[in-house]
Amino acid sequence: MIAPALIGLGALYLWPFISTFVKSFMDVPVFGAGEFTGVDNYTKLLGDEDFWRALGNSALYTGLVLLGVPIAIVLAALIEQAAKGRTIYRVLFFLPVVTLPVAVGMVWRFILNGDFGVLNYLLSLVGLPGEYWVADDRFTIYAFAVVGIWMGLGINLIILGAGLQSIPVELYEASALDGASRVRQFFSVTLPLLSPSVFFVTVLTTISALQMFDLVFVMLGSINNTALDGSKTIVYLFYEAAFVQFKQGYGAAIAIVLLAIIMIATAIQFRLQRRWVNYD
Amino acid sequence: MHKKWLIAPALVAVGALLAACSSGSSADGGGDEKVTITYGVWAGTQTPAMKEIAAAFTEENPNITVKVEERPWPEYWSTLQTGAAGGTAPDAFWMLAQQIQPYAEGNQLLDISDEIDKEGVDLAKYPKAVLDLYDQGDGKIYGLPKDVDTNAVWFNKAIFDKAGVAYPSADWTWDDYRETAKKLTDPAAGVWGTAAPIDYQSGYYNTIFQAGGQVIADDGKTSLIDTPEAQAGIKFWTDLQADGSSPTLQQLSDTEAETMFEQGKIGMFMSAAFWAPQLYANEEIKPNIDIAPLPIGKERATVTSGIENVGYAGTKHPDAVKKFLIFASGETAANIQAKAGAVLPAYEGTEQTWLDAMPDFPNLKIFVEAKEYSVPLPVQGNAAEWQGMQTKYLTDAWNGTATVEDATKQYADAIDKVLAE
Repeated sequence: MIAPALIGLGALYLWPFISTFVKSFMDVPVFGAGEFTGVDNYTKLLGDEDFWRALGNSALYTGLVLLGVPIAIVLAALIEQAAKGRTIYRVLFFLPVVTLPVAVGMVWRFILNGDFGVLNYLLSLVGLPGEYWVADDRFTIYAFAVVGIWMGLGINLIILGAGLQSIPVELYEASALDGASRVRQFFSVTLPLLSPSVFFVTVLTTISALQMFDLVFVMLGSINNTALDGSKTIVYLFYEAAFVQFKQGYGAAIAIVLLAIIMIATAIQFRLQRRWVNYD
Repeated sequence: MHKKWLIAPALVAVGALLAACSSGSSADGGGDEKVTITYGVWAGTQTPAMKEIAAAFTEENPNITVKVEERPWPEYWSTLQTGAAGGTAPDAFWMLAQQIQPYAEGNQLLDISDEIDKEGVDLAKYPKAVLDLYDQGDGKIYGLPKDVDTNAVWFNKAIFDKAGVAYPSADWTWDDYRETAKKLTDPAAGVWGTAAPIDYQSGYYNTIFQAGGQVIADDGKTSLIDTPEAQAGIKFWTDLQADGSSPTLQQLSDTEAETMFEQGKIGMFMSAAFWAPQLYANEEIKPNIDIAPLPIGKERATVTSGIENVGYAGTKHPDAVKKFLIFASGETAANIQAKAGAVLPAYEGTEQTWLDAMPDFPNLKIFVEAKEYSVPLPVQGNAAEWQGMQTKYLTDAWNGTATVEDATKQYADAIDKVLAE
């Protein structure tokens, strides 16, 4: 009886994966059959400075976006403790999640504009110099990270909020009787018991951050943005190879390498969890 | 109970697949059966005109309905590519010379030469430069030009008046352009004489040809962008940047040159005719706008290109599509397009309709006159790839952190590699 579901899984996930894997060993024109070129695409990839740069950008972005996890934990704890307005806070933080990335990117582009942006205006009020946040590749990844953290906050808060609610109240009461302060409770009760949720959120955040494409696409706007070359992520490089330069085999190789990176990153996280995640 | 819910979507999917496979041999609109074909376009400003053309076509061919499908740039191209590979591309769609090669090579485009013969279409009515751009040398004709674009200089009279500078004359030179840009620049007022982005079609390709240079050699195998002539054409722009007569590349990355021009921050904006309807609709800036021809280097030149209407080889209604393609690039459609002011039509003799649509821009005729000294846009090989590398190699030259000689040498090497593939 699960055959139909398997067919769907096979057609929608397995087959594209296999075909991408095969294509990564081929030189494929956009249309029609390609020819096998062995590991050519992979050797070319390893010698491609753009690839290494994109890898560095994706790694930096992922590292920065992971800073959003502690922020989300603190916020979730504060929201759960709030006497009133919990729902309103949740809605406010969730709004960016259900907003189109394109719209989000456009709005942030205006905020971060070097000459007319709100951010630089605010900085000028406190005497700080403004920068071209989305037109200078020294800053673009940080600009993406700020937006990425803000966009991911909603989902993380929902997951962490649910985790917080499952912590028995008695533990707090007992620890209070023992004289534990609020801060002590947070570190000794909340964090250990929340660790499975924190782990889950960390894994999800890492995977989605490594796949980031939309913010580059939308926030750097036109092809004439000279910061684009220094700001590409791995998935952007894939998009460019497959859809702009018509090199599907090369694009497939990039996708397979990204898959491998995500698998390794996830495996490492699962190994490390034994040290800090508490399932009792 | 819930198992059924799993089965239902799977059945629907299988059914859709079967339907897609089995409907290859239906009618094609030549007979009495009613058919609907789709027409893919990207420019929102032109969509109303395209819908009007579609309606006019249905009036002549009551059995064929044309549905205009607009997709924004640059998603247009990724959607088209996956659509063509997956059999869901629009039946008719806009094509660019930089993009046609993989589609033609991959047999994704409908050869309409038989219909052109049958209908007696006179190819001499279309700009030869544009037809040549799309000629794949395989003896087939995949489409006909819908419009043609040339470049000129849009300028803001108010900025000239304020600086007390005379308007450009018809025979002004590169030196005049540079001097004028300097004089118009007023940092205190946030006004720049011109905008000098890294823009191939509206920018440095024009000056490369004006300097007597070429981007790609005639045999299409090597780049000539590192020759002294081409370098002179690029220096035209780096000089403007060095003079401080243009916003920096960063500023132009944040806010596009055209937007800055509409905001009244740019005195002279070198670009194509397709901005005309947008500038004409901007009531605030319209009274200040005028047009001058491109300045003269060693010679006069402008690159030219144009959109072609082409058909999808996988269409179920090839005859209807061919009929529509010829109509959509024909005289009636060209006049509809011109009347809407959308864009300069390719069809000879319809230019006046376009000029009449925007009477407050009397010098719009400069774009039409520019056809006489136009050069085809260089699009050899995988043009999308090597043109896409321009910022990677030229940014340092524009910023003054590398010499034009070094930057163009490296860029030429990179282009040669792409052309050799």
